[in-house]
Amino acid sequence: MSEILVLVDHVDGEVKKVTLELLTLARSLGTPAAVWAGPGITDAAKARLAEYGAEKIYVEGSGDIVDFVVAPKAELLAHLMAEKSPAAVLVAATSEGKEIAGRLAVKTDSGVITDAVGLGEGFVAEQSIFGGGVNVRSRVRRGTPIVAVRPNSTAPVAAAGAGAEEQVSLMLSGSARGARVLDRVKQEKGARPELTEAAIVVSGGRGVGSAENFSVIEGLADALGAAVGASRAATDAGWYPHQFQVGQTGKTVSPQLYVAAGISGAIQHRAGMQTAKTIVAINKDPEAPIFELADYGVVGDLHQVVPQLAEEVKKRK
Amino acid sequence: MNIVVCVKQVPDTATERKLRSDDKTLDRDAVDGVVNELDEYAVEEALKLKEAHGGEVTVLTMGPGKATETIRKALAMGADKAVHLTDDALHGSDALSTSYALSQALKRIGFDLVVLGSESTDARTGMLPAMLAERLDVPQLTLANKVEIEGGEVVIQRITDYGYDKVAAELPAVLSVVEKINEPRYPSFKGIMAAKKKPVETLAIGDAEIAADQVGLGAAWSEVVEFAAAPPRAAGTIVKDEGDGGQKAADFLASKKFI
Ligand SMILES: Cc1cc2nc3c(=O)[nH]c(=O)nc-3n(C[C@H](O)[C@H](O)[C@H](O)COP(=O)(O)OP(=O)(O)OC[C@H]3O[C@@H](n4cnc5c(N)ncnc54)[C@H](O)[C@@H]3O)c2cc1C
Repeated sequence: MSEILVLVDHVDGEVKKVTLELLTLARSLGTPAAVWAGPGITDAAKARLAEYGAEKIYVEGSGDIVDFVVAPKAELLAHLMAEKSPAAVLVAATSEGKEIAGRLAVKTDSGVITDAVGLGEGFVAEQSIFGGGVNVRSRVRRGTPIVAVRPNSTAPVAAAGAGAEEQVSLMLSGSARGARVLDRVKQEKGARPELTEAAIVVSGGRGVGSAENFSVIEGLADALGAAVGASRAATDAGWYPHQFQVGQTGKTVSPQLYVAAGISGAIQHRAGMQTAKTIVAINKDPEAPIFELADYGVVGDLHQVVPQLAEEVKKRK
Repeated sequence: MNIVVCVKQVPDTATERKLRSDDKTLDRDAVDGVVNELDEYAVEEALKLKEAHGGEVTVLTMGPGKATETIRKALAMGADKAVHLTDDALHGSDALSTSYALSQALKRIGFDLVVLGSESTDARTGMLPAMLAERLDVPQLTLANKVEIEGGEVVIQRITDYGYDKVAAELPAVLSVVEKINEPRYPSFKGIMAAKKKPVETLAIGDAEIAADQVGLGAAWSEVVEFAAAPPRAAGTIVKDEGDGGQKAADFLASKKFI
């Protein structure tokens, strides 16, 4: 079976969950080969990639790859596509992943599909568009399929691969060195799972009322082992950082469980969470549109309901 | 500084959006067109950069005839002139074709800085700014929530999952912006009136040396095989909090094995 390149998403030497999902998907369609871009690969990371089915691990470990924005990773993948003739290339449908996919598609004259929530035979991708209103199946018809797959599209399943490491050395072009990263600024909020990858997300909106009150949302999130999200009203007000915004112009999440507290459920918010498997809403307005989506809803004051729920979760765990 | 802002007319998110049954492309006739909301932030940022550094702001849009409404809005906000790339041959173009067509138009117009919204609310691929940077062979300064220009060097804050990266590049460059970057101005009455007299150049594909076989539905690198309305979610259980709302919600979570 032909090789399928999977670009590894990693942070501080650790492989992100979405990569294990991509390897799982790739295994059903070909032979997965992981591509590690940048310094910092560890034996543990290699073992993890092999555990989830990577037959090969291509490593280009130079700092240049990550010191310039996006272009070097696209160049690396283009180089590997020319050399290995893979059947397809998979990346995570993060903002950066999609940018890499876009540049790669231009470089290799290949079709690209973004935000796939499923991928089947013939690399036919499933997508959920227009804020979750329409389901689409689409495929690439020119070049090698490049597919950006959303986190949480499939459950990662281990199945050992050889994990044979192969060093790759890329001569970066001048063009790829156009945008230099001067500094990386971390504004993380505690050690919670990452928003797009989390199995459970607890989000707060305008109803939370203030930045301090977000501790109520964080309290429930921590009880559930969840990530924290926010509506645009909450990020605009400066109550929670922008990178936690869920919705049309924020992150798209597809967790197993999404809890929306003090969020009305505007279409732009729904666009980012409509594909969640189970939705729970807490809102004092019984007419709030979020209840149309909710599998379970509580009409009430979130400042009462959410802390009580958090206590109850802790008690029962 | 010669700034070109790319804007797109999109169907209003608040209306029901559909794919056409004949060619499986977005049905643009059935809905009201509005300026892609994020592009208003791009126009605002372009105007601010012009105000700070001088120069000219040109609006570039690709789309059918009715996209002139979108051009007028950007001109009313304060852009100086516009180019409307419009041709039946462009209908059904995917992101790859669109980036190719726009890059050809941009080469014709000339630019120091191309500014875009980070994505459109209809297709939402988020790829176009990066594709343009690739095609134009200029630095990619995308997902910016802050921009500073000093002596030909642009420094942005690029938003990331963990916060932001500080990124620098020389001009010319492609810049894409996110909604936290500014507060788009409303067109004033004076602006709306002035917009009516501002020059709008119309380009067909031949005018921008766009090859007909690289654009439109026929050239698309990807295709929709089939589509269907998403099945509605089953109605849920809604309870009123009588002092035990949290406990009831916990019961529900337990029944679904979340706790
Ligand atoms: C271009 C564009 C992009 C956008 N992108 C996004 C996006 O990415 N994400 C996003 O979220 N929005 C986005 N929006 C904004 C969106 O339209 C809504 O304005 C926003 O989602 C509203 O946030 P909210 O639900 O928190 O606030 P509101 O709509 O004000 O709702 C607050 C809710 O809290 C309830 N409430 C108040 N107090 C309490 C209480 N004590 N207990 C319980 N409930 C309470 C109220 O009943 C109300 O339903 C976008 C808009 C535009 C134009």
